[in-house]
Amino acid sequence: MTTEEKYVAAAYLVVFVVLLAYVVIMSAKVARLERTLAELVERVKARG
Amino acid sequence: MLLGTAIALIAFYAPLDEDGLNQKIFYFHVPIALTAYACFGWGAWKALLHLWKGRPGADLESYVSIHLGVIFAVMTLVTGSIWGRFRWGQWWLWSSKQLVLFLVLFLFYSAYFMLRFSVEPGPRRANLSAVYAIFGVVLIPISFLAIRLASDYIHPVAFDRHGPQMSGSQFLTFCVSLAAMLSLFAALYHLELAGKRIDAHLRELRELIG
Repeated sequence: MTTEEKYVAAAYLVVFVVLLAYVVIMSAKVARLERTLAELVERVKARG
Repeated sequence: MLLGTAIALIAFYAPLDEDGLNQKIFYFHVPIALTAYACFGWGAWKALLHLWKGRPGADLESYVSIHLGVIFAVMTLVTGSIWGRFRWGQWWLWSSKQLVLFLVLFLFYSAYFMLRFSVEPGPRRANLSAVYAIFGVVLIPISFLAIRLASDYIHPVAFDRHGPQMSGSQFLTFCVSLAAMLSLFAALYHLELAGKRIDAHLRELRELIG
């Protein structure tokens, strides 16, 4: 791999990693929302 | 799909110019930078709607847009630095007004979060954030035009008053990449906004249930 190829690969890798990190954080937030929703559903059911 | 098409065009269709393989960074770097401007512009527009018409939800929309703008600005700075390291032999040039102005734009909008989260949630926070977001939009044309008006010409200019300074195939690849980045912004914007709205509704529901 030439130096030029390494720089191009690094630039594309940065974009990929940043977007991946964003998607992972968003997935964690969605999972937290799911848990909160499930907890609220349980509380409403318990009330009858 | 657009992202996949853009990557395929960059890899197999767009020809190399005198910049060599390093020029392939241009197809992502410039659309990401333009998308960052679009994010900040959209955020400022939503902030204006909040202050002007008091539209419900405009403050949250402005916040999400600026949040994404900062992420796109980080990618612009990093990909630009990598390109510069190969082309200029340096990661950063403080003497270049264009680079410094983009950094100022990035830091200005990064400080938006410090302001926003230092104020209690409520109308005061929304109004202060909106005013700050609108002030920042002034930096966008300055940063954009600095690349064209600067006297040092260190930063390459892909578009001037005569149109795009590239071949037809390069321009097509660039347009597809720009469309891909703008679509990515739109998708992430709606995704994050939906998450924030659901979160707010759940908090409200939790309070109601007690």
